[in-house]
Amino acid sequence: MTPLIDILLSLLILTGATFTFIGSLGLARLRDFYTRLHGPTKATTLGVGCLLIASAVFFSVRDEGASLHEVLVTLFLFITAPVSAHLLAKAALHLKVPSLAPTPPPDSDKPSNSAD
Amino acid sequence: MRRLLPHPLLSVVLAGLWLLLVNQVSAGHVVLGALLGWLIPLATARFWPEQTRIRHPLALLRYLGILIIDIVRGSFHVAHLILRNPVRLRPSFVPVPLALKTDLAISLLANTISLTPGTVSTRLSTDRRTLIVHTLDTGDADALIAEIKQRYEAPLRQIFEEGSE
Repeated sequence: MTPLIDILLSLLILTGATFTFIGSLGLARLRDFYTRLHGPTKATTLGVGCLLIASAVFFSVRDEGASLHEVLVTLFLFITAPVSAHLLAKAALHLKVPSLAPTPPPDSDKPSNSAD
Repeated sequence: MRRLLPHPLLSVVLAGLWLLLVNQVSAGHVVLGALLGWLIPLATARFWPEQTRIRHPLALLRYLGILIIDIVRGSFHVAHLILRNPVRLRPSFVPVPLALKTDLAISLLANTISLTPGTVSTRLSTDRRTLIVHTLDTGDADALIAEIKQRYEAPLRQIFEEGSE
């Protein structure tokens, strides 16, 4: 493995770790449930993304052939992170979790088959 | 044809996913992937009532490019907001009126909003006309709505819905 790749990998891992850390720090520093959702959906996603790219590069260089598992992990992560954030936020609105921002008026409570 | 192969696009995606999962391309796995890509949409056909058609593949690629750039931009923005004094944040709920109609396009827009700078989609109104978005720090709600509509909704509309209504 060449020094250039070593440096690239270290940079990716450090960037990834920093973003993951900041995302988690957001959980402690932000002040209500809804703002806390923002850290894990974005900063952490990019952080884990960087770590996965580093992993893909490392295993592609070390072994024969490209390592593409990481592409899948990234894909699934980028699909699921916003969905879980959306569900958490929706549930929080439903349970009337205290919020710094004025919450929107509740949706009509009549049962609807289009709710998802 | 429709009954034998209800969602050709989904089939191709599933076969591709299978090849990525096993991490090798050999004749056996291509056949197995094709088989899975054929059987899974068949077995789950009732979950996918509407046929998805991508009308502008190039626009979709450009959209993905914008999305990746915005995810990176969004992460830096949120990281900056977290490290700055959180007391100065101005969070708010912003209702965004939707012009999109198909389920897939609305889901993609909601996901996009959650992945991009300072916004998380929180609720779709029962009549599916408004998406309520929580923002971390808003100065101007109208500018935000305009940006979402112009940057994300317009391309999605072009890709999935143009000419269908």
